Amino acid sequence: MEEEATILDSKVLEVNMGPQHPSTHGVLRVKLKLDGERVLDAECIIGYLHRGVEKISENRSYIKCVPYYDRTDYIAAVSNVYGYLLGVEKLMGIEVPKRAQYIRIMMTEFNRISSHLLWLATHALDIGAMTIFLYCFREREEILKLFEALFGARLTTHAFRLGGLWKDLPPGFEQAARKFIDDFPYRVDEYEQILTKNRIWLDRTKGVGVISGEEAIEWGMSGPPLRGSTVAYDVRKARPYGGYEEFDFDIAVGENGDTYDRYLVRLQEMHQSRRIIQQVLDRLPEGSVHGKAPRIPKPPVGEYYSGIESPRGELGYYIVSDGSPQPFRVRIRPPTFVNLQTLRRLVKGHLVADVVALIGTLDIVLGEIDR
Amino acid sequence: MINFLRRIFFIDILKGLAVTFRYTYTKVYTEQYPKEKAKLAERYKGAPRLNNDPETGETLCIACDLCALICPEDLIVVGSQRDPETRKKVLTHYTFDTSRCLFCGLCQEVCPTNAIELTQDFELADYSRRSMVWDRERLETGWDRIEFGEDYHR
Ligand code: SF4
Ligand code: SF4
Repeated sequence: MEEEATILDSKVLEVNMGPQHPSTHGVLRVKLKLDGERVLDAECIIGYLHRGVEKISENRSYIKCVPYYDRTDYIAAVSNVYGYLLGVEKLMGIEVPKRAQYIRIMMTEFNRISSHLLWLATHALDIGAMTIFLYCFREREEILKLFEALFGARLTTHAFRLGGLWKDLPPGFEQAARKFIDDFPYRVDEYEQILTKNRIWLDRTKGVGVISGEEAIEWGMSGPPLRGSTVAYDVRKARPYGGYEEFDFDIAVGENGDTYDRYLVRLQEMHQSRRIIQQVLDRLPEGSVHGKAPRIPKPPVGEYYSGIESPRGELGYYIVSDGSPQPFRVRIRPPTFVNLQTLRRLVKGHLVADVVALIGTLDIVLGEIDR
Repeated sequence: MINFLRRIFFIDILKGLAVTFRYTYTKVYTEQYPKEKAKLAERYKGAPRLNNDPETGETLCIACDLCALICPEDLIVVGSQRDPETRKKVLTHYTFDTSRCLFCGLCQEVCPTNAIELTQDFELADYSRRSMVWDRERLETGWDRIEFGEDYHR
């Protein structure tokens, strides 16, 4: 034991939090070393949801392994499929029609909103605000209905196909999407009214889990936790992919790098995603949504790393092709796997109740961490 | 001073509560599921069905085996036989294991005759794993649900 207990002569206590604890967002097990209520150390133990998605993809053809990536990060299934397909398309030099590109961007942004809504809902619920949970789920339901209309599924969508989409937008989709984004700012205002100035919320989040920008980079963080620590890094801006360079949006950045800032950053990102969707809907070109993709894709020998900005951070697919119809190797770089390691650094010295807030603020999805 | 008064009178919290009170008398958003069944989108990928030709009643499936080949989970088994007279393949049996299906829709995309189709039916729960493997008959007629008693929907 490196650190001695401080309160009276109590012993250092080791407590397991999870893997069935409701606020660990899945099957994360955190071994906490406690001195009274203060956390001395925390160790994350993962692997309870390991399904071997990377190995499975080595035994499936390039088209067949797409549905499995829905199931890595199931909250942001659209982004996951998008990242992989971009990689394969680059490897094979497949052109994606403009309309399909735009719709892809729109749907990934919808996915970002729905993922952030789910995050806000559960994060607030962990901290103790119940109402916001129900409101966020109401809006998320609207987005899931759009997914259902376009992709035919709500969560594991199998959203895009190699070279384009499965089908074009269904009738009435554009109106429904427009209605959603017109209403959405008022909804976010409501969340802000409940939380942003709420004294309990401020006390629980301000100054909790502060991490500086340099440190966040050293830990390899990405996504909203990195941007919350003043670093304006967004893959959509840094290395634009799939047509993102044509759209205007700002990178939301925090100031102090605490839980509260990460909350503000995500709220801001929802507004920015809404802006992108608005632009897509205004400029949606006509035309086909099916690119020319071979029925049995056989990329030439080579490798490609496709990094995209998923709602949780930089999601990377490193695809190695040996010229056969099956990938030689697909390595997934899950953003929250990297972000989660900072938990140990963040929780030190905080109270047990803050651990819940900090797990929430990293927005982890265990399906993606364990793969 | 103002901040102090705000703290005493819980202004921030009351502001939040104003939002929740506003929703007290608005329309309820929740669907009462078993009572009213949700209307799903036309493209919804749910329970599988093997379509018959509406006019002749014959199966549309030409036993080309494409769906079985594309399926990532290899859960479709297509059995066929060559008709000795016409030299055409005829479907003999067809099984579909719903317990392992990803509902990705690849099978219905490749089917050249739109024989296999994922329908809007979504109530797939069953009592045993064995009965989740659907045979041809069940795929053609659809899912006959166990009827619940009168008081189930109370
Ligand atoms: S939906 Fe996908 S997993 Fe299910 S049978 Fe069709 S191809 Fe196979
Ligand atoms: S793809 Fe269609 S026609 Fe071919 S075997 Fe499957 S269901 Fe029958």
